[in-house]
Amino acid sequence: MASATVTPIPQVVAHQVEKPKRGWVDWVTTTDHKKIGIMYLVLTFAFFGVGGIEALLIRLQLAVPDNTLLEFQTYNELITMHGTTMVFLFVVPVMAGFGNYFVPLMIGAKDMAFPKLNALSFWMLAAGGLVFYASVFFNPPECGWTCYVPLASKDYLPNGGVDAWIFLVHLTGIGSLVGSVNFYVTIANLRAPGMTWSRLPLFCWSILTYSVLLILALPAIAAAVTMLLTDRHFGTNFYDPGEGGSPLLWQHLFWFFGHPEVYIMVLPGFGIISEVLPVFARKPIFGYKAIAAATLVIAFLGLMVWAHHMFTTPSPSVVLVFFMVSSMLISIPTGIKIFSWIGTLWQGTIHFTTSLLYAVGFLGTFLIGGITGVFLAIYPVDWQLHDTYFVVAHFHYVLMGGAVFAVFSGLYYWFPKMTGRMMDEKLGKISFWTMLIGFHTTFLVQHSIGLDGMPRRIPEYADVGNLATFNLISTIGAFILGVGILVTAVNALRSLKHGAIAGPDPWKANTLEWFTQSPPPQNNFDTVPRVRSVEPMKDIRAEIERRQGERERVPAGAAAAETHA
Amino acid sequence: MTLALAFGLAMAFTLALAGPAHASFWAPQNGGSPNADRIHTLYVIVFIVGAIIFVFTEGALIYALWKFRASRGHEAKQLHGNTRVEIGWTAGAAIVVLILGIVTFAFLPGIRNPDDSDSDGWQIPASYTTAKDKKLLPPNGKALNIDVNGQQYAWRFVYPDGDADRQNNIYTYEELVVPVGTTVTLDVRSSDVGHAWWIPQLGGKVDALPGYTNHTWFKVPAKALRNDQERRDGRVFTGQCAELCGRNHANMTARVRAVTPEAFDAWLKRQKADIDAAGRGAQRYRDQQEQFDRQQAATAAAQAAPTATTPVPASQR
Repeated sequence: MASATVTPIPQVVAHQVEKPKRGWVDWVTTTDHKKIGIMYLVLTFAFFGVGGIEALLIRLQLAVPDNTLLEFQTYNELITMHGTTMVFLFVVPVMAGFGNYFVPLMIGAKDMAFPKLNALSFWMLAAGGLVFYASVFFNPPECGWTCYVPLASKDYLPNGGVDAWIFLVHLTGIGSLVGSVNFYVTIANLRAPGMTWSRLPLFCWSILTYSVLLILALPAIAAAVTMLLTDRHFGTNFYDPGEGGSPLLWQHLFWFFGHPEVYIMVLPGFGIISEVLPVFARKPIFGYKAIAAATLVIAFLGLMVWAHHMFTTPSPSVVLVFFMVSSMLISIPTGIKIFSWIGTLWQGTIHFTTSLLYAVGFLGTFLIGGITGVFLAIYPVDWQLHDTYFVVAHFHYVLMGGAVFAVFSGLYYWFPKMTGRMMDEKLGKISFWTMLIGFHTTFLVQHSIGLDGMPRRIPEYADVGNLATFNLISTIGAFILGVGILVTAVNALRSLKHGAIAGPDPWKANTLEWFTQSPPPQNNFDTVPRVRSVEPMKDIRAEIERRQGERERVPAGAAAAETHA
Repeated sequence: MTLALAFGLAMAFTLALAGPAHASFWAPQNGGSPNADRIHTLYVIVFIVGAIIFVFTEGALIYALWKFRASRGHEAKQLHGNTRVEIGWTAGAAIVVLILGIVTFAFLPGIRNPDDSDSDGWQIPASYTTAKDKKLLPPNGKALNIDVNGQQYAWRFVYPDGDADRQNNIYTYEELVVPVGTTVTLDVRSSDVGHAWWIPQLGGKVDALPGYTNHTWFKVPAKALRNDQERRDGRVFTGQCAELCGRNHANMTARVRAVTPEAFDAWLKRQKADIDAAGRGAQRYRDQQEQFDRQQAATAAAQAAPTATTPVPASQR
C-alpha cells in the first residue's frame, strides 16, 4: 500500500512554447495596434487608389460637352462608388489607421485598451469594403453617396446595389463605433505618468473628438439605413409619403450623421497639422489650449448644423435661420485654429521638409474651403449654389485639399517611425508641387462651373457659356493631381527597401512616439519617462544635453577638487 | 495700410463683378428677377469680405514662410501663445460673422418674400386668388400662382383659372410661359422621386419632394426683354433639375419664356381654346366610343339571343 502514501507534488510541465506566428497568419490574427494600424493604412490607401480611378473616369466623361464615353447608368454608379469609397473607406478609416498606430505611442501606452476589439474594428471595415465592392459584379448603387429616398427605394432602384451600400454603412459603422470606444478608453486611461489632459498631444485630442463625434453620429445613420432596408424588403413605409412616411426624414437622419462626418474626417487632419507645424518650425504650438478648445467647440457646433445641407427643402424659415447661424458660428473656432497655426510658424525657423510643405499646402487650401463654406452657410446664397459644382469644389477643398493633404503630411512625417526608413525628400517635393498645382487646376475652376449653371451629378452638359473650357481645364488638372499622388505612392514603395535608415528620432520631434525605436518593438516602450510638458521629447533631449554637458564641463577628478575648494 | 489694400481690392472686385450682365465667373447668374439680383448683391458682399480675409490670411502665411525660413543665425522664438493676440483674433472673427449675419438678415426678406407685380404687368383676374399662406404671397396678395410638378424626367406646369374644375386647367410641359412685370409664385411638387427646380437667372432653387409642396417666386421685369425680337417672341431662361433623380437627370431641363402681357393674354386664349377643343374632341371620342360599344352590345345580344334559348346539356355545364 506504499503507493497510497505518495503525496502528489504540484508540477508545471511546459508541453510546448507557443511558436511566433509568421507571414499572413500573423497579420490576420494580430491584436498589435501597430500591425492593425498598418493594415488600416494599406487598405485605406488602396481604396484611395480605387476611388481616384473612379474620379478620373468621371472627369474623363465630363472633359467635353455631350460626351458619350460612359452610359448614364455607369456614370451614376461611378459617382456613388467614388463618394462612398472616399468617405467611408478612405478618409474616415485612414484617420483611424494613424490613430491606431500613433495614439498609444504618443501617450506612452503599450497597446490600445482593448486589443481584440481593435482587430474587430479593422476586420469590420474590411468586410464593409468587400460587401460594397462585391456589388461591382452585379449592380452597383446609382443613387449618389447620399442615397436619397425615394430614388433609393425599391420602386426606383430594385437591384441589390443599394443593399450593398446599406451593409457597407452598417459594417463600417460597427467597426468605427467599436474603434471609437476603444480610442476613448485608451486615451482616458492609458496615458503615461504625468500626462495630464493639458499635456495630451493635439493629435490625440483630435482623435478623442473624432471618437466622440462618431459615437454620437453613427447611431443616426445606422437607424436610417435600417429603416431603408426594411422599407425595401419588409414592407415598412418610413420614407414613403403615400403611406404616411417622409423622404425628409431620411435627409435629416442622413445629415445628422453626414455633417459631423465632415468634422470626423477633417479634425484628425487638424491634429496632424498641429503636430507637424511645431516640429518643423522648431517652435512650440501657438495657443495649445485655444486649439484644443476650438476642436471641441467645432465638434459641438458640428452636431448642430446638419440641416444646412437641406436649405432648399420645404422647411420652415425658422429652421433655416437656426442652421444658418450655427453654421456661420463654426467659422470662429476654425479661424482661431488657422490663425494659431500661422502663429506657430511666426518667428520660428521653418525647415521645408515635404511633411511641412503638405501641412502648409493644407493651410492655404483649407482656408479657401472655409471661406466658400461661409457662402454656403448663408441660405439665400446657398439657394443659388446648392447642388452645383460650386459645392463640389467647396467640399473637395475641405476634404481633398484639407484632409488628404493633412494625411500626406502625416504620411511623410510618420513613415520613418512606421518603417524605420526615410521617404525620399526630392520625390516628395515633386509629388507635393504636382499635387498642389493639379488640385487647384481641378477644383478652383469648378466654382465657376457651378456659378455658370452646371448642377452636380450630371453625366453630360450642353456646350453653353464657358462650360466646355472650364470642364476641360478641370479634367486636365485631375490627371496632374493623379500623377502627383502616384509619385508619392512610388516614393513610399521604394523607400520601404531603399530609404535611408531613420533612427528613433529623425525630425527631433516633440512627442513620445519618437522616444522608442523605429519601427517600435512589440510593446512599444521599456520604460516611459514622466511627462512634464506637452513636448516630452524636447524635455528629454534637454535633459540628456544637460547631463552630457555636465560631464564634459566637469572632468571626473576635478569635480571632487572643486567641491572641496 | 492693410485697410487701404483691402479697400482697393474691394473696389477692384466690385468693378470686375459689375462687368458683363451675365458674367458667371465670379458670381451667380441674375438679371431675370429681383430676387436673383438680390442674391447676387448679397453674394458680392460676402465675396468681398471673403476676399479680404483670404488675402490677409494667405498673405500672413506666405510672409511667415518667407520671413521665418530656417537660416543661419536665426533662432526660433520659444513662445507658447499670446492671450491678448488670441482674444483679438477671436473677437475679429466674431465681428466678421456678426457683420455678415446683419447684412444677410437685411437682404433676407427681399429674397424670400415675393414683390408686388409691376404696374405694367399682366392684370391677374380676381378669380385667380389662391388660398395660400399670406407670407408666400406679395403684400397686395396678387400673384400668378402656378403648380410645378416634377416627374422623371420633365416638369409639368398647371395654370390657374377661375373655376374649381382642375381638369380643364391649362397645362404645359417643359416650357413655362409667363407675363413680364408680373409676380409669379410657384407651388413645387413631385410625383415620383426628388427633383429640384432651378432657373439660375430667376433666383435660387427649391427642392421638389414627394409629399411636400415647396414655394418660390420670380418676377421678370419688363426691361428684361432687350430687343424687338424678344418683345415679340419672348425671352427664354433655361435651367435644369438640380437633384439627382435617376439616369436621365441631366436631360431634365426647364425653360421659362417671359412674354409681354398682351402676348401672354393671346397665348392663354389660344391654350384655353386648344384645351377646350381637345376637351370637346375627347368628349366626342368618348361619345362615339359609347355609341360603338352600345351598338356592339346590341349586335352581340342579337346574335346571342337565339342560342341563349337552347338548353345546355347538364354534362356541359
